[in-house]
Amino acid sequence: MRKLLFEALLKPILTETRPTADDAAVAQLADAVARTARKRLGRSLSIREVDAGSSNDSELEIHALNNAFYDVERFGIHFVASPRHADVLLVTGPVTKNMRQALERTFAATPSPKWVVAVGDEALDGGCFAGSYAVAGGVADVVPVDLRIPGNPPSPTALLKGLLALLDQADAR
Amino acid sequence: MTDIREGIFEGKRVERHHGWPRFEVDRDGWIRAAEALAHGRLALAGLWGEKAAIHMAVLAEEGGSAAVLTLACPDLTFPSVGRVHPPAIRLERAAHDLFGLVPEDAPDLRPWLDHGRWGVRFPLGAREPAPASGVPYTFLPVEGESLHQIPVGPVHAGIIEPGHFRFTANGETVVRLEARLGYVHKGIEGLMQGATLARAAELAGRVSGDSTVAYAFAFARAAEAALGIEAPPRAVFLRALMAELERLANHLGDIGAICNDAAFALMLAHCAVLREQVLRTAEASFGHRMMRDRIVPGGVACDLEPAGAAAVASLVKEIRARLPALIELYDNTASLQDRTVGTGMLKPELAREFGAGGYIGRASGRSFDARRDLTYAPYDRLAFEVPVMQEGDVNARVWVRIREVEQSLSLIDQILELMPQGPLRVQTRTPGTPVEAAAMVEGFRGDVLVWLRIGADGLVERCHPRDPSWFQWPLLESVIEGNIVADFPLCNKSFNCSYSGHDL
Repeated sequence: MRKLLFEALLKPILTETRPTADDAAVAQLADAVARTARKRLGRSLSIREVDAGSSNDSELEIHALNNAFYDVERFGIHFVASPRHADVLLVTGPVTKNMRQALERTFAATPSPKWVVAVGDEALDGGCFAGSYAVAGGVADVVPVDLRIPGNPPSPTALLKGLLALLDQADAR
Repeated sequence: MTDIREGIFEGKRVERHHGWPRFEVDRDGWIRAAEALAHGRLALAGLWGEKAAIHMAVLAEEGGSAAVLTLACPDLTFPSVGRVHPPAIRLERAAHDLFGLVPEDAPDLRPWLDHGRWGVRFPLGAREPAPASGVPYTFLPVEGESLHQIPVGPVHAGIIEPGHFRFTANGETVVRLEARLGYVHKGIEGLMQGATLARAAELAGRVSGDSTVAYAFAFARAAEAALGIEAPPRAVFLRALMAELERLANHLGDIGAICNDAAFALMLAHCAVLREQVLRTAEASFGHRMMRDRIVPGGVACDLEPAGAAAVASLVKEIRARLPALIELYDNTASLQDRTVGTGMLKPELAREFGAGGYIGRASGRSFDARRDLTYAPYDRLAFEVPVMQEGDVNARVWVRIREVEQSLSLIDQILELMPQGPLRVQTRTPGTPVEAAAMVEGFRGDVLVWLRIGADGLVERCHPRDPSWFQWPLLESVIEGNIVADFPLCNKSFNCSYSGHDL
């Protein structure tokens, strides 16, 4: 273990430079973040991830945000275990009918001010699962959505751009 | 290959069913097959419904042959397989929820996928309107002194899929775990009915996102077998390359994540870097980090350019250079070994009874790998070993995965070496009469089965994708028994069953 740790000191850092916040996301957020208070948020965002019916691909890419290349915590963005601790609900979907109530309850358990970010094409409108007897629709059909990050699934860079836009906008107020 | 029916059941072979044989059996034949499952002469590989019929897929454990059995159920009842062979119980509950088929004398008829939220009962069968207000679920009773219950989920503390776990514990020790799943049921089988092949292939690739290549591969093979077409040789090799990259990415990520659940974050940090490098190579070579929608019926949707092949070759080199130090780290960290050795034991008898696939079965002595035992191109031309261990604990599951990473690296070398030139895709055709097929592909988690019937018009009449998790989830409940609550995340991660693939 000592050898590995020592080698890590000598190797170049893998972490990549900050991507610019996504323009489309900034525009989307202008409205949503009008409700914010930078004083309350400080320079951090606490995120509670909710899988409302995804096929687990978005979860893999959200996980990747924590690896050495993206290192999301350096921006003050971190994932928390309870909605009670969260500023942001990061929701992947489609929202299945069997998960609808759990999503509503998680939303209700999150203190205000709060934002909901819908992640992935299926979370926008149900995507290729729209129309199924078992699918309630996109995230916005169940809880109010502030930001949409499209993708199939969105790459970690796309996720990071969206989250940075959220952080910047929250900061600007 | 011997006839799988021999000495077990009688049945009439169905023409136009390809890949494996399908037999129409009567009630007696169905019951005999169920008994053969109970006695371990056959292993259950799937059980699914149709409007007035029930199907089951079986494997002959030695000999590498497989078959589908069908029992017509005009009165919507069939003799329960779960009555004598517990691995069938959840599959029968699902067939009941979706089609209204009733397994006679079934030991458990509680709803499984149907949480009373759909507004319809038997959505793929009689479609009876029903309230959508939800029905309470009765967990199995637990009796004893000083027991307490811990309900967990469906929304969990980590970035994982939803499901409910009901622990009954005596102090720190788990005496029973019962899972309730079905939360991410999206009705994929319903969406596939009447879909074009292209749309159904897209849906198959979204059954379980971590296995998108394996599902697309299995679906494409089933469709091609049914239509009597063959993917060109180059496409076949590209498919295997994608399948091995997917296996690498998942194994590397999970080896790190298992160690992280034992509070050893260093391993996760290093493994996550390797996983990311696999995904980046996939993007550079195939244009998508998870290689989704790259395998299509008839072939593949994109080629591998020389630059892509070079990227894959240097990825293999990089992983080979970095892996030994990580293996050594895993093997020589006593505090980590203390958590993984002896934790979450899966008995070989149970792994065999449930036909547990993937690293879960192979870490408990069940030597089955669809790439070898029901071999398909190009694996019939590649040399590889199937690592098997007997211990059945978290440590054994980690080691099987480490050995499989090494095998995948060697397979990728061979694939790049043997990769032929040529076309990437043949056209699918409209069959004119209904055709059927079954195909099995070894995904990273285990064997993925796709059963498919294409109508005369070329549209999908019925498709059933069966995730390996169906036969792994029930075993997790057995594995955690007698372990402490704090070891559950470790056991769960070492299984890493798919919620989405199971819930469909």
